This record gives sequence, C-alpha cells and structure tokens, in this order.
Amino acid sequence: MSAGVDLDNVCADFGTFRAVDNVAVNIQPGEFFSFLGPSGCGKTTILRMISGFISPSQGVIRIGGKDMKGQRPNQRPTALIFQNLALFPLMPVWENIAFGLEVRGVDKQKRRARAEELLHLVDLPDAADKAVAQLSGGQKQRVAIARALAVEPQVMLLDEPLSALDLKLRQHMRAELRAIQKRTGVTFIYITHDQGEALAMSDRVGVMSQGKLQQVANPRDIYNNPANGFVASFVGENNIFTGEVQGTEGNLARFATASGTFTARLGPAVTQGMKARLFLRPEHVRLAPGAGGTNSIPVEVTDVAFEGNFISIHARDAGGQVLLAEARNDGATAVPAPGDRLHFTFDGQNAVILTGDTAARDIDA
Amino acid sequence: MKDLLNRYGLLLTTVFAVLTGFWILVLVVLPNIYLFEHSFKPYLPVAELGGPKDVYSLDNYLTFFRSPIHISVFFWTVIYSAVVTFICFLIAYPLAYYLSKVSARALLPMIFLLLFIPLWVSEVLRSFAWFIILALKGPLNASLLGLGIIEDPVRWITGFRGVIIGLVYTYVLFMLFPLYNAIQSLDTNQIEAAEDLGAPWWRTHWRVILPHAKPGIASGSVMVFMLSAGSILVPTLLASTNSRWFTEIIQQWMFESQDWNTGSAYAFLLLILCTVFVSAVMRVFRVKLSDIAK
Amino acid sequence: MRQVRSIDWLFHLYLVLFLAYMLLPLIVMGGAAFNDSRFPSVYPWVGWTDRWFVELWADKRMWNAFANTIYVALAVVAISVPIGTAAAILINSIAGATRSVLYALMVAPILTPGAVIGISTLLFWNGVGHAAGSDFFLFKAGLHLSVLGQVSFIAAFVMLLVLARLQSFDRGLEEAALDLGASHSQVMRRILLPHLYPAIGAGAAIGFFQSIENFNVTLFTRGTYDTLTVYVFSKVRTGITPTINALALIMITATLLGAIGYEIGRRRRERRLAGK
Repeated sequence: MSAGVDLDNVCADFGTFRAVDNVAVNIQPGEFFSFLGPSGCGKTTILRMISGFISPSQGVIRIGGKDMKGQRPNQRPTALIFQNLALFPLMPVWENIAFGLEVRGVDKQKRRARAEELLHLVDLPDAADKAVAQLSGGQKQRVAIARALAVEPQVMLLDEPLSALDLKLRQHMRAELRAIQKRTGVTFIYITHDQGEALAMSDRVGVMSQGKLQQVANPRDIYNNPANGFVASFVGENNIFTGEVQGTEGNLARFATASGTFTARLGPAVTQGMKARLFLRPEHVRLAPGAGGTNSIPVEVTDVAFEGNFISIHARDAGGQVLLAEARNDGATAVPAPGDRLHFTFDGQNAVILTGDTAARDIDA
Repeated sequence: MKDLLNRYGLLLTTVFAVLTGFWILVLVVLPNIYLFEHSFKPYLPVAELGGPKDVYSLDNYLTFFRSPIHISVFFWTVIYSAVVTFICFLIAYPLAYYLSKVSARALLPMIFLLLFIPLWVSEVLRSFAWFIILALKGPLNASLLGLGIIEDPVRWITGFRGVIIGLVYTYVLFMLFPLYNAIQSLDTNQIEAAEDLGAPWWRTHWRVILPHAKPGIASGSVMVFMLSAGSILVPTLLASTNSRWFTEIIQQWMFESQDWNTGSAYAFLLLILCTVFVSAVMRVFRVKLSDIAK
Repeated sequence: MRQVRSIDWLFHLYLVLFLAYMLLPLIVMGGAAFNDSRFPSVYPWVGWTDRWFVELWADKRMWNAFANTIYVALAVVAISVPIGTAAAILINSIAGATRSVLYALMVAPILTPGAVIGISTLLFWNGVGHAAGSDFFLFKAGLHLSVLGQVSFIAAFVMLLVLARLQSFDRGLEEAALDLGASHSQVMRRILLPHLYPAIGAGAAIGFFQSIENFNVTLFTRGTYDTLTVYVFSKVRTGITPTINALALIMITATLLGAIGYEIGRRRRERRLAGK
C-alpha cells in the first residue's frame, strides 16, 4: 500500500539557476516526512519532481524502488495535494473525490460508494452533493485529502496545504492529517515553511536552504542538535553570538565573543580556531541576580512581554547586543521589570557552536 | 511549446497547432500575401496568363495615382471617416461617462439591453432605416414641418451628409462600449479626489478621466474608422450623386471592369490606410494591440 | 451613493435622447411594414395592411437567401469555434516574442476591412485553383468562400472571448487532474472545456449573429448566391417595396427573441451555480 521514495543526488536547473542541488534522501514506506525551508529553497520543486511535473536535470528518483524517469504524473503512484487544493469548482464534492476513479473507468455506482466511504474517513459524511464553493476552508481541505486518497496512492505529496487556514483550524488539521496518515499507512511527503507544522507532524524533517538539504533528522534532533547555523536559526528562536573557538574540553569548547567567553557544545565540523556562531535558545536562558559561574552575561532588561504560557524578556548586554530569554509562566520565577540589571546564565550543554549562514529573520513575515 | 506539450500532450497540441495554423496561414496570411502579389500583375485574359505580358509592374498602383478622381475619393473617404470617428466620440463620451459613473446601477442591464438591440440588427437594415427617415417626403421632414421648425422639406441626402448621418448611427456603439469599459475601470475615488482638490469639472475630465480612458478611445476610434472607411452599405444606400466612397471604386474594379488585379491594388491601399491608422492610434495613445482588441 | 446634482437631469435627458436616436429608426422601419403604401414609409400613413408579409412569404428568392444565410452561419460557427478555442489555448501557454507576433496575426482580421478580407479570400482560392489547374467548384466564388472569409475574422472573436476566460482558469486544476491519473484528453474534456463552455457558447452566439449580419466579406466571395443581407441590399437598390420592412421586422424580432432567450438561459445557469 505504501512505498518509499528515494532521491538520489537529484538536481533541478532552471536556466542557469539551480533550484535543487544534489539532494539525497531515502524516505521510508509509511513515513511522514517533511521538507522544511523558507520560500524559494527548492522544496516545492522537489515535490513537483516526485509527482512528475518537472523532470530532474540530474539524479534519479525512485518510488517503491522503481526509477520514475519518463513516467508522467498520471502514471506515478503518487497523489498531490496542492497549496490552493485545486478542487474542481464545476463538480460536486463526490465527483471531485471520485475523479481519479472516473478516469480509470470505474462505474458510477462504485465511484459514488467509494466517495461516500472516503467522506466518512475524513469526517464529512453529508457533503457528497454539495458544491465546492459551499464548503468552508477546513472542509475543502478534507475533500482534497479524500480526493487524493481515492486513487489509493502509495505516496501522498502535500504542498503547504494548511497555509490558507486560520491558526486554530490549522492546528486542528495538523492532528487530523497525522491521524489520517497513521490510519492509512500511506507515505506522506509534506512541504512547509512553518517549523511548527513540520516538527509537530513529522517522523523526520529535512531542512532545506538554497536548494540544498541541510539536515535530515527527527524533529527532536532538528531542534536540539541542529547540524549548522541555518538549521539552528531557521527552526526556533536563538540568541546568536559570533566569535572564535579557542579550546576544546570533551564535547565542550571555549568560545570567545564580544560579550565574553563562554563554554558550549561543539557542533559538527567545527574545530579549534574557527570563526563560528554560538546558538542559545531563549528557553535555556536562566535569570540570576548576580554573576554565577562560567556562562554569565550581565544585562539590562529593556522590555518584558507577557505571552500567556511564558514570559519573554528582552535585554541588552554591555556591548549593546539584544538578547532574549523566555521564562515559564509558572508563578515560581520572579518576573523582572524593564530597567532591572541582572545576569543571563546558561548551561554549556544547552548552547551549541555551529558554522554556516543563518536564516534571514523575516521568513514568516 | 514545451509548456504546451506538458499541459496537453502530443496529440492535443498537434490538433491545436493544426487548427491555428490553418486559420493563420491559410485564411489570413496567405490570402493577404496573394492579394499583395496579385496587385502587381497586369489584368490579362486567361490565355495570356504566364505569357510574356505576365510580369510584375507598378501599373495598377499608377492607375490610382494618375487618376485625380480616385485620389480625391480616397482623400474624402479618409477625411469623412475621421470626421465620423470624431463625431462618434463626441456623442459617446458623455454617455459612457454617465453610464459608468453617474447612472443608477439597477437600471444598467435594462439600458444595455436596449443599446444592444440596434447592434444585433444588421447594418443593411440600419442604413435602410435612415434611407426611409431621410427621404425628402419622409418622417423626419414631416415631423419637422409639423413642428414648424422648418418651412420647406430639407434635402438630407446631399453631399456627404447622408453618409455621415448613416455611418455615425451605425458605428457609434462601437465607440460607446470600449469607452464605457475604460471609464468604468477608473476608481471613482480618483474623480472625487480631483473634485475635492478643487478641480473644475472640465479639468477633472481633461486630467483624470480622459487619460484613463485612452485605451477605450483608441479601441473605439480604430473600430469606427476602420468600419467607416471600409463600409459598403451605408455609402451605397445613403450617398448622393456627388459623394463617392473608396469601397465603391473597389467594387467597380471587381464587378464592373472584372479587373481583379487593379481591384486588389485598390483593396491593398485600403488595407494600408487602416494599418497606418491603427499604428498611428497606437503610437499617439501609447497603447498596445491587446488594449485595442479588448 | 453619489449626491444627486442638478447636472444629472441633463445626463438623464441625454440618455433618453440617445436611446430614442438608437431605437426610433428601427421602430420607423418596422412600422413601415404595416403601411399600405408602395414606397416604404410611415408617413403619410395610407392604411394598415399585412400584404407585405404575405408578399414576402411568397418570395422564393427570399427563402433561398434565408436558407443560404443559415447554412453559412452554421458552417462559420462550426469552423470558427474549434479554431478560436484551439488558438486561445495555444497562445495562452506560449510567451515572449512568438506570442506577440501570433497575437497580432490573430487580431489583425478584426482590424481589416471586410472588403479586403473578401477580395483576398476570393483571389487566393482562385489562384490555388489556377495553380492546381483545376476547375473544381471549391476554388470558385461561392458560399463556401464566404464561410472561409467570415471564419478568418469570426475565429478572432471566439479566440478573444476564450482567451479572456482562460485568464481566470487555475492551471493547478489541470495538474491536479493529471496527477489523479487523467489522460490529457480527459483533462481537456472534464476540466478545461467545462470551464470554457460559457465563453465558447458566447463565441458561438456572437459568431452566428456576425455571420448573419455580414455583408462586406460575403459580397465579394458569394459568386451568384444570395444571402439575406445581399438580398436586402439588392432589393433596396432595385425595386424597393415594404416587403423589406416586413423582413426587417421579422429579423429584428427573431434576433431580439434570440438575445433574450440567451440572456435568460445565462441568468438561469448563473442562478443554478450560485444556488446549489
């Protein structure tokens, strides 16, 4: 029922522009795999190559171990869910769902029955005869999923299908998608620029930038053990210090920056004497009234924002760098006020030294 | 082409290409090239075709340039077609403005239905209607006499008067609709902003509305001019003895003299006239062909 | 709402005058069909009669012209609709200089005087006949040449209508259908054409009326055949009687009914789509 997808050093060129650069990854049968990256990183191109709308300029794509070269979209065992869903506006819901069966010559009664069945699966039992225009955003979403499932694809390809929904619905649909994937066992390949979506739903995430696959790992490792500066900065918030690696002790290293010398974990491919960046998540910053141990930065609080389940504290250090800390709103932590002077401290195991460019900050803007 | 293949596959792409190719090549390009070529050949009996006399020459065009009558007919055709175009603009502009910016929305479908009626009626019948109305003892003179506006019946069909009246009536809608479309796309706020800034009404029109309506003016002018200059029915039905239209001379060559070669030379001159007019309008109004074709 | 201003009543008056200007001549012409006068006019009113309709009904030449007109119009629609639709789809998925040139060639027939189209069509097919050394009737003037001449510009109208409709088409729908396993022709039949039907229908209707009305192209290509416009034209020039008015009234009524029927059908379709 489900097949793996292998990308073997796949490249895509548009004129002189290389949209996808040597991407190699093996996606397992039944896996929920996400390609995560900013717009223009090449993730949509990968999806269109897997579905067959674009052919790779180099490399091989295999689905279920079979080379897809020369196979047109309608010959591949994939079903694509488009960003705008691409529901056929002139057909009622059930004809939309049964379209894939119709073009395969399945007779009308069977088509109708299958459509009803799928509508139950996506929890829209009474929508069969409705017009597409009558459906809400979330309902359209479900119809699109049902339509794709109707052709019993071995691989489902999803191109940011949730991006048109409002926040609340989006979070609900995440769980729904995940549940449908588990129920059907079909391989899901999911494209998104929303890290929250990718981390929450996926078995594994492939982070992309400028056509290159930066890291493939499970969501926890993507967040906790980023492979380079791009992954670290694209996924989640960071305090970033630029500096130089001075000496190593075990898996920790001393790192000299304008804000002081810190100890932190050494990321992959970082060695002594290298110029690099130190990444520190705001939730790993602790607030201390006075200097405390090695990793301690004296700061002045500039702004305190109450976010609900946590409180974010903006501060400036002696060198003028803006830093961010997040404290859980558990009532146990004393909340500072703007103008307070205190120290930001952190555990060296929670900060990592990485190379590579950082992601532009206005990705989701 | 690659995009086309991806979207529609080889078979359908071939079908599209063949149909389009048949239209563009066989129905449009080749006949015009043939017309052009033919216009440089002499008019010969069938037996002499391909013989020593069958050579290219400018004779057919020289026939035109040596005939003061034909030149003057051509000249007046151009002038009066331009006059008709201008009159159509004067009549249509206030109405287009009214329909797009002033009139009540709810009435528009009704007004447009009424306006479409004459458009659906054949040109020959519309000219014929004026043929009746303008007759010396026709209803127009009768009403004017009855109202005491005139004392003696007016001979309406004299000089180019009848032709102009007929052409304006027949083609004014081809000016109205493009103008309406163009003015309608103007944001009403812009008009109100201009008025708010103290512009008098005529300046609002001159500086805001007219410039915005340029594609519509261009489109309407091209259509009205081309249709007028190429009209056969109106000049034939509503002409007086001293108003001849260029298309009538083309007809003479084609039907009376049976000299298709000279006829094609004259037809080609008409084509050049229209091409020049279209290019001139495109340049003056700085619009693209796709703006006109709308 | 805009404020009602004193100038507005002038506009209203102007509109009424304009509508009268557009419609009165047609009423005069139609009215003359019932006037019992040798010469077609509403003034002086001699008396009410239906004899012009009776005479028209008995006119064999008119019936012949009528049949020819319908034959030509149907043929024109049958040829120009597929051509115009194919051309629109074709030009919609090409870009750059090729597109501009092709587009110019496609709209050129609209901006070409009918006389030129008629003459070039006539000469070209005659020339082809000569070159082939054939007297085959298809190369001679006749209604089939009128059809070809009319198609050359009516296809352009269809193309423009379909192209405008294509602009609102989401090509993602094509890809979605392909992805679901549809073949190219299935995509065409189930996805693209249904989207284009309104434009194709409008193109067919406009093409039909344009063909019926056409005079200039037909005049040069028809040979010895009559169409209604040619018939009216020759009647007006030679022996004019109010039978022409009777014919005019019938044609106006028929076109009006056709237009109203088309409009009602369109609205009903719209309502059905919106209401479902």
